[in-house]
Amino acid sequence: MQISTDIIKDYLIVTLQGELDHHTSENVRKKIDQQYYNNNLLNMVLDLRGLNFMDSSGIGLIMGRYKSCREQGGSISIVSTSSYIERILKMSGLLKLMKVYQTIDEAIVD
Amino acid sequence: MVEKNSMRLEFLSKSNNESFARVVVAAFASQLDPTLEELSDVKTAVSEAVTNAIIHGYEYGEGVVIVEAIIENNRIEISIEDRGNGIADIDKAMEPFYTSKPNLERSGMGFTVMETFMDELSVESHVGKGTKVKMAKNFKSLSDKE
Ligand SMILES: Nc1ncnc2c1ncn2[C@@H]1O[C@H](COP(=O)(O)OP(=O)(O)OP(=O)(O)O)[C@@H](O)[C@H]1O
Ligand SMILES: [Mg+2]
Repeated sequence: MQISTDIIKDYLIVTLQGELDHHTSENVRKKIDQQYYNNNLLNMVLDLRGLNFMDSSGIGLIMGRYKSCREQGGSISIVSTSSYIERILKMSGLLKLMKVYQTIDEAIVD
Repeated sequence: MVEKNSMRLEFLSKSNNESFARVVVAAFASQLDPTLEELSDVKTAVSEAVTNAIIHGYEYGEGVVIVEAIIENNRIEISIEDRGNGIADIDKAMEPFYTSKPNLERSGMGFTVMETFMDELSVESHVGKGTKVKMAKNFKSLSDKE
C-alpha cells in the first residue's frame, strides 16, 4: 500500500495505491489524520483510482474520515473510476454521504 | 468441466495474512477460469471472513485460522474457521451495519459484503469454541461468457 498526500487550498488530497484492507488501513488512517489535523485543513479528497483491492475496512476508514471532516465543518469526496470500488461504496450507503468524481480537479470546488 | 479439487490452508491470526489468504484462494479459484469480477468477489469475501477471525474471533490474540476450498465444475465452496470467541447471536451479527467494535472504525458491513459477493453464505458458531463461515459461488460457465 502506498499513500501520498498533497495540500491544495484547504483540501487534503490523499492518493492511495495498492490494497486497502484491515492490515494496511491502520497506517493509512494515521497518516491521513496526522496531515489533516496538523495542517488545520477543512476538506478531504480521497483518490482511490490506484486501488486494486478494497474490503469493508476501507468502508470503515472512509466513514471515519467523513466524520472527521464533518466535525471540522468541511466535506469529503472520492475520486474513483472503478465499478468494483463503487459497488462497495454504494452497498455501504457511502454514496449518499459523499460525491464521487472522475478527477481530482473536479473534486475541488473553487 | 473442471474435475473436483480441494485445498486447505492454516495460518496464524496475523493481519498480514489477510492478503496471503485471499491471494491463495483466488489462485486456486483460477482453475475454474472465472472472470476478473468473479475473482474480485471471491477475494473480497475471503478477506472479510479472515479479517473477522483475526479481529473478532481472536481479538488480535494468537490463534489459528483455517481456510478450505473445494472446486468442482463451475462452483467453489470455501470455509473459513477460527477457534476463537464465537458469536452469541448470529442473526444480529449478520445484520447490515451491526458491529461489536464501532470504536475501531468497523462499519459492520463484512457479512453484507460476503452475502452480496457470494451466492451462498452460512455461519456456524459456538461461544468460546469458534466460528466457521461457509460460502459458495457458481461461476458462469465458459459458454455463457462468450
Ligand atoms: N469470526 C468471528 N468471531 C467472533 N465474532 C465475529 C466473527 N465474525 C463476525 N463476528 C461478529 O459479527 C459482527 C459483524 O461482523 P461484520 O464483518 O459484518 O462487521 P465488522 O467486522 O464488525 O465490521 P467490518 O467488517 O465492516 O469492518 C462483528 O462485529 C462481530 O461481533
Ligand atoms: Mg468484518
